[in-house]
Amino acid sequence: MYFSSFSDFIHMGGHGLYVWSSYGIAMLVVLWNVVIPLLKRGTVLASLRQRLIRERSHESQA
Amino acid sequence: MVKVVANAKALKKQKMPQWFYQLGSPRWFYELSGKWLPWLGGSAALLLTIGLVWALLFAPADYQQGNSFRIIYLHVPSAFLAQSVYLLMAIAGAIGLIWKMKVAEVVAKCAAPIGASYAFLALVTGAIWGKPTWGAWWVWDARLTSMLILLFLYLGVIALNSAIGDRQMAAKASAILAIVGVINLPIIKYSVDWWNTLHQPASFTLTEKPAMPAEMWVPLLLMVLGFYALFTWTLLTRCRTEILERERRAGWVCDLLSNSQIK
Repeated sequence: MYFSSFSDFIHMGGHGLYVWSSYGIAMLVVLWNVVIPLLKRGTVLASLRQRLIRERSHESQA
Repeated sequence: MVKVVANAKALKKQKMPQWFYQLGSPRWFYELSGKWLPWLGGSAALLLTIGLVWALLFAPADYQQGNSFRIIYLHVPSAFLAQSVYLLMAIAGAIGLIWKMKVAEVVAKCAAPIGASYAFLALVTGAIWGKPTWGAWWVWDARLTSMLILLFLYLGVIALNSAIGDRQMAAKASAILAIVGVINLPIIKYSVDWWNTLHQPASFTLTEKPAMPAEMWVPLLLMVLGFYALFTWTLLTRCRTEILERERRAGWVCDLLSNSQIK
């Protein structure tokens, strides 16, 4: 362990603001790269399923 | 008879190895990538967690830069990734142009927003790192400017893909932009050698021993691998969705959609 206390860790030898803002933004970018593709997959699957159901009910009526 | 001749012609034309053509089949790509996804996601999570803890808690501070040095663990992987994703996008675009391969077009389109996000991260972490190290958030130096151009190239590809309604035209136009933009990659790479810049030369290359102790570069290597694994996961997930949308009329997609277990 490099740091001797938790406040040392937060302080980062005076560079806390730079280090933590970088890691915070990186966390957001990583989350964006995880969450958005999953959400997109969910919405696309749902809309394709709806479309399929619609088309099949049309076929059975005709 | 005509059909037989056409088939013979098709056989003659087939010069690339078999897997190359299989890769062009959306269904084959979809099924294979589905098997890879859990492994990619798992290794990305593992590598990034170990890398993050190591980078923040155990790696020593740089004797000159102090703890701001820890930004390297985000800056270098995202900058690597932004450049390799661009190359991948351009190659996929070229394959799409030459062989009209659907999967390549999908890959080229889906890589663009991911690459843009990592180019953005490289630029932002660079700016934040520059402030305590150089005393400036931004300088118009060759490395920084060429990275900014890389981000703009990504944004251009995204804009072309979303502005052109016709799918084939969009793929063509964005592939051409991506291919022309490849000229920027050697400029980024050699900018620190060709011009006098504030940006330090590469401290991490494939061929040479790193100029830092192992407790600094091992976590960097883990972060780089973790970012690549995460990128591959994101790319495959996005491509699979795009394939379902494009192939919605195909029988195998209808079968897949009818199975309510598939989420």
